[in-house]
Amino acid sequence: MNEFLLNPAILMMAGGLLALTLPKRLLGLWAVIVPTLSLFWFLYLPEGESGQLTLLGMELITLRIDHLSFIWTVIFHIAATLAGLYAWHVKDRQQQVSALIYSGAAIGAVLAGDLVTLFIYWELTALSSVMLIWASRTEAANRAGFRYLVIQVISGLLLMSGALVIYQTGGSLKFEHIGLEGLSGWLIFIAFGIKCCFPLLHNWMQDAYPQATVTGTVVLSAFTTKLAVYSLARGYAGEDILVIIGATMTAFPIFFAVIENDLRRVLSYSLNNQLGYMVVGVGIGTELAINGAAAHAFAHILYKALLFMSMGAVLHRVGTIKASELGGLYKSMPWTTTFCIIGALSISAFPLFSGFVTKAMILTAVAGEGQWIIWTVLLFASAGVVDHSGIKVPFFSFFYHDAGHRVKEAPWNMLLAMGITACLCIGIGVYPEPLYAILPYAVDYAPYTTAHVITQLQLLLFAALAFTTLIRKGWYPEEIHSTNLDFDWVYRRVLPAAAHLIIAATRRTIDTISLLLSKPAIIIVKRVANNSLVSTIVTGNPSTGAMVGWISILLSLFLMLNFI
Amino acid sequence: MTTNEDNKRKYWLDRPENVTKIVWLLWALCFILVAVDFIYHKHPYFSFDGTFGFYPIFGFIAYCFIVFSAKLLRRFVKRDEDYYDE
Repeated sequence: MNEFLLNPAILMMAGGLLALTLPKRLLGLWAVIVPTLSLFWFLYLPEGESGQLTLLGMELITLRIDHLSFIWTVIFHIAATLAGLYAWHVKDRQQQVSALIYSGAAIGAVLAGDLVTLFIYWELTALSSVMLIWASRTEAANRAGFRYLVIQVISGLLLMSGALVIYQTGGSLKFEHIGLEGLSGWLIFIAFGIKCCFPLLHNWMQDAYPQATVTGTVVLSAFTTKLAVYSLARGYAGEDILVIIGATMTAFPIFFAVIENDLRRVLSYSLNNQLGYMVVGVGIGTELAINGAAAHAFAHILYKALLFMSMGAVLHRVGTIKASELGGLYKSMPWTTTFCIIGALSISAFPLFSGFVTKAMILTAVAGEGQWIIWTVLLFASAGVVDHSGIKVPFFSFFYHDAGHRVKEAPWNMLLAMGITACLCIGIGVYPEPLYAILPYAVDYAPYTTAHVITQLQLLLFAALAFTTLIRKGWYPEEIHSTNLDFDWVYRRVLPAAAHLIIAATRRTIDTISLLLSKPAIIIVKRVANNSLVSTIVTGNPSTGAMVGWISILLSLFLMLNFI
Repeated sequence: MTTNEDNKRKYWLDRPENVTKIVWLLWALCFILVAVDFIYHKHPYFSFDGTFGFYPIFGFIAYCFIVFSAKLLRRFVKRDEDYYDE
């Protein structure tokens, strides 16, 4: 029992609950101290499984530390600490409490040794993180938060259904390799896929993240999606379909990122694109590829947080994050500009910055499998990263046309958080060995070869050259006020409209039928219907698994149509 | 927050000729990187990525393709900012 309570996840969440009672001026300090202490405690814990519990006759393992969960737990703690420092000035209890519970839950999910524990933490991340969106306290944030929550809860429902099917069929609930076999394998795969922003399941992120608070988006960017990558690496490593899904994910968001005006939404598309590299790595599934996915997740959490921090600082000071209203901010916010550029160079995988030493592991692994089409797509997407995160984000906010904003530099705590994160980005790029040392497998990879440095510089600088040519010719798309339709259009516009049509049509049909049929006939029809349903349930035919599957699908549809 | 002095102060980047200098610097760097292609020992993964100028050409064309496709995409997906009316 003690082992259960001394889980870093439980400590973090208890810290979050304690923050409910602390004086507001201590909240910032608390948000830094709790994850720092929790990290030290975690590093002290031995490898292996512990924290066993029995729940409704099921054996749960609440704490499993191995090579895969270790690196994720470490980076989640670091991200929580940096986000806490970044939000030091915030005097909103809702945000600091939910940030601690959310990061604690994400850590708990990574450390979960079985699917039930994973499910509980999975849903906890959804419930706690939505508070960071609602904390904006605007109508748009309320609605986006609801959509976000519904989709996250559906993901959890699918995970639970998959686990139930496994349990019913006598399988082990231990969270190990699952694979795409049978109904349970697919249910859990889609549950992970929703959280991982697979194509067409992705839009909750671009919808909700830009609506969260300045500091909330930084927290959100770190956990949910990377928890999904971890879960895929645990349950579906080496599944070929992931290679195709991942490659699609790297490519399609970059087009939307080019024409998006809200720079935090640009970063959300960019996040989606970066997840694609990790998913490809998981799909390839070799030791080098899994190492690449883990290393890239680690580096990505840092540079993505740094980019969101810098855009958050702009939003905090200027009051808008629309590219069309920004420009020339380097004059007022030189430090923020510098940190943003470091984040941009890191995500672009510039030599000496973190992305350079991690992304290439995945590309090398892909090439090693002879997958030249996938490799070319990833290289193509790398040119896209140069555009949306490498150039567009810093260029349109800090340079380009001076929009005349003369504001103060970001608060000290934001600068300090950005400064430390920037140092880590450069540190990993210059000296990757400590990161390589905690990867799931022994590393046999050297990032700094002459060929790698030269080819990468050629790719990046020629992409930059293309940008300068296009923008000076006036061919680069202008930043304009707009909404770009993405897949959310289907469930925000098409589905509700279709539902209204169907409901109206059904009403009319029922009215007509009841006019035509006499009352006794209706009673008979009802009896038959009831009896057949009852007999199906009693005889247990069709299979319980299919039933659970159908119920979860119906529940999901019900939730979608009710709340969206 | 806004003072006239701040607004009047000229920064190095405010002069168009300085921006042009940066662009020329980029051209020069790109030129060197192409020249280097003759010298260094290549380790291509496949055959096509070992051809002369593969990465520079790929980077430039991919970038232009992305930007022009996105402009085309905008024609189909662009709506008013308050389209969803929230």
